[in-house]
Amino acid sequence: MSTEGKMPFVRLAKRDSMAPKEVWLIRAGSILLALLLGCIPILLAGSNPFVAYGVIIKGSLGRSTYIKQTVKTAVPLLGCALAIAPCFKMKFWNIGAEGQITMGAIASTYFALFWYDKVPSVLLLIIMAVAGAVAGGIWGVIPAFFKAKWNTNETLFTLMMNYIAIGLVSWLQGGPWEGRPGSQIIPTFKPQACLPKVLGIHCGWIIVLVLVFLMHLYMNKTKQGYEIAVIGDSYNTARYAGMNVGWIMMRTMLISGAISGLVGFIFVSGANNTLYNGVASGVGFTAITVAWLSQLNAFAMVFISMILAILSKGSNTLQSLMKVPASISDIVTGILLFCMLGCEFFINYQLIFQKKKEADV
Amino acid sequence: MNTAPAIELKGITKRFGKVVANDGIDLSINKGEILALLGENGSGKTTLMNMLAGIYQPDGGQIYADGRPVQITSPKEAFLYGIGMIHQHYKLVEVFTAAQNIILGLDEGKLDIKATNAKVKTICDRYGFDINPTQKVYDMSISQKQTVEIVKVLYRGADILILDEPTAVLTPQETEKLFLILKNMRKDGKAIVIITHKLNEVMEVSDRVAVLLKGKYIGDVPTVETTPEKLTNMMIGHAVTLNINRPTYEHPFPKLVVKGLTCIDNEGVKKLDDVSFTAMGGEILGVAGISGSGQRELLESINGLYPATGSVSFIKDDDTSVELLGKTPMQIRQTGVGMAFVPEDRLGMGLVGSMGMTDNMMLRSWKSGTGLFVDRKKPENLAKRIWKDLDVVTPGTDFAVRRLSGGNIQKVLVGREIAGLPAVLTTAYAVRGLDINSSYLIYNLLTEQKMRGVAVVFIGEDLDVLLELCDRILVLCSGQVSGIVNAHSTTKEEVGCYMTSVGGKEGGR
Repeated sequence: MSTEGKMPFVRLAKRDSMAPKEVWLIRAGSILLALLLGCIPILLAGSNPFVAYGVIIKGSLGRSTYIKQTVKTAVPLLGCALAIAPCFKMKFWNIGAEGQITMGAIASTYFALFWYDKVPSVLLLIIMAVAGAVAGGIWGVIPAFFKAKWNTNETLFTLMMNYIAIGLVSWLQGGPWEGRPGSQIIPTFKPQACLPKVLGIHCGWIIVLVLVFLMHLYMNKTKQGYEIAVIGDSYNTARYAGMNVGWIMMRTMLISGAISGLVGFIFVSGANNTLYNGVASGVGFTAITVAWLSQLNAFAMVFISMILAILSKGSNTLQSLMKVPASISDIVTGILLFCMLGCEFFINYQLIFQKKKEADV
Repeated sequence: MNTAPAIELKGITKRFGKVVANDGIDLSINKGEILALLGENGSGKTTLMNMLAGIYQPDGGQIYADGRPVQITSPKEAFLYGIGMIHQHYKLVEVFTAAQNIILGLDEGKLDIKATNAKVKTICDRYGFDINPTQKVYDMSISQKQTVEIVKVLYRGADILILDEPTAVLTPQETEKLFLILKNMRKDGKAIVIITHKLNEVMEVSDRVAVLLKGKYIGDVPTVETTPEKLTNMMIGHAVTLNINRPTYEHPFPKLVVKGLTCIDNEGVKKLDDVSFTAMGGEILGVAGISGSGQRELLESINGLYPATGSVSFIKDDDTSVELLGKTPMQIRQTGVGMAFVPEDRLGMGLVGSMGMTDNMMLRSWKSGTGLFVDRKKPENLAKRIWKDLDVVTPGTDFAVRRLSGGNIQKVLVGREIAGLPAVLTTAYAVRGLDINSSYLIYNLLTEQKMRGVAVVFIGEDLDVLLELCDRILVLCSGQVSGIVNAHSTTKEEVGCYMTSVGGKEGGR
């Protein structure tokens, strides 16, 4: 007699392995599926999805000014995704990039506002960049320190730190750094404090592309990158191998925060030429999507950040041309994330359907 | 003793993959009786009881409740037959009170917490439990939490209580109290099963003992008719010859001197208590003991991974010694004494599951060389050598080791540890879960190291293996060294006695 009658109809089993080719096929398929599913909200908004997708492409890449704007959107996304990649590899859930960007932006702004007439422009920009990186790095190390020392929850900690940083900007905006009294606005930077343009776009894009190579090297070829990978897989194995886990956590967050701080510098000096409390504009969070979708691969991040930038820029055009709300891009991005993360499930597991056997005894 | 069995198991079999956890077990549980279910770790006690509690379903055999065949498919259904199990790890909501935890999951219509508190109080008074229904769980000691679990089961009207190693976390005084309560419940006509491997408790509290060994039912005896000695023999079974090659090294010499090693865990429990011994070069020192007797802490503290007091000195070739205790694993490495460690948790401590062989070799060498970048060339060559020498079945040195079979994973780990030409090689459960061939390969590798003059420490669970592989056997019992015996001349029974009581006295003569 057996009691197996209550076996579920479908059950999950872990896959042994899968050819890399199949893995990429599944991933490509999931993007396709996401675009198809994305048709639904567009249809609901009363448009032809294929036309809409066309408009998105044209609106983001159709003209050189569009391309420039798209790249401008992609640059901070890419930079910030690079920043959080090592943390996520280490399974340190840093969702505080937003705050680290903001702190970097504040530090850079200080020098832009008060040192612009003291040093030559190139030196000023370097000082601003370094100050941004240092401030972002410190902001990143704080939660790592508490995690290493007292095992606090880094997710909550980094999240809360975001609001402190943003609040700080609001105070500066309305207080000590306010330009015209009552304006609640920090004055626009002098030209000396603004990043020069290369090919029509502020040169932040060069900085992040260099970072792509550096981050790739760092994660895959250096001792520190190896330490990060070991900790991410198993804390105890890292201890066994003689790694000082707490110290490595702090060091990694310093680096991560510093890159985010640099993105903050690029924001104020390249994109906005001023500082306001929405300076990071959610990039710290969207970058998490970029990092995940790229499987923490630095080169893949270039493409993913471009795709998200295209969606976001293109849907603005969509809104003005076809009266489809621009939030469509957020919806499609969400569907994309859902499908791509969902497909990882099918890469790791397979469904086994229970054959029709004799029913319950 | 009296009346018909409350529960009867007939031919119960449970398999997990290829492993047979329970093999055709017959057992009866009687009302008004305390039954001790005795057996080593991994003998299938908990699995068997989990089937009564509705957590697992048997693959073969039949369970009878009050003489009727039943199928118990969930813990909720188990309560229909009056069966309640108190698991080893308590499942309580910390921020709830005792009474709130007790009624959690029950559907009694409108919630009347006052009535519940009163009812809980009645149960407590009846059996002598000492808890306050309105006390929050986070304020409770471990023994009080256990009490809540027991009351929870009684509240649901259980007549058959199964307790999985209830004394493992209790102090002697708390154990006394628990036994008193169990006896009260027996008087009340309840059937009680305690899963345990502690002989003195079996003798003290039970009416009848049933013994399992490697998933098989050995037999049951009334407690008054048996002795700890007889039970030990039932528990460890007859000696089996394994024919492990055991050459002798001519002149073993002291290599690692451990003195007064004491470890206390986060909860204040002494895991190791004044452990002293000397591991000799050219010798395999076996460590036997019921699992959880301090084996893990012993090796981890020697290797700098667990805080401990006492001393662990490594004797160098020139007879000077180096103190290892208090050093981090990295500092121990930097002294250059050559400590190798094959931990129990292969993928969770010894290896990185998601990485290939090459990157796993780097765990020992990643820091070598100056500069920012890792050297992958040497680890890759080492990985290739181990791949070939030990016949590791893997598609390549970059294939994630997590996906290899248990035997191959262990080959990678042991291969790497041996490759560093260690002076001391410590291993924990090095052949656990391995097939026969891989096991013998590991035995041979360890013996090879011994003949090289390495001091090998081998924590094992299979006494037959310990007796044939090792030269001396250190027996741990609740964190203390209960005896060190010569493996060439000792018997399974002698080691068994040391395992169950310090000095082997109570269980021995």
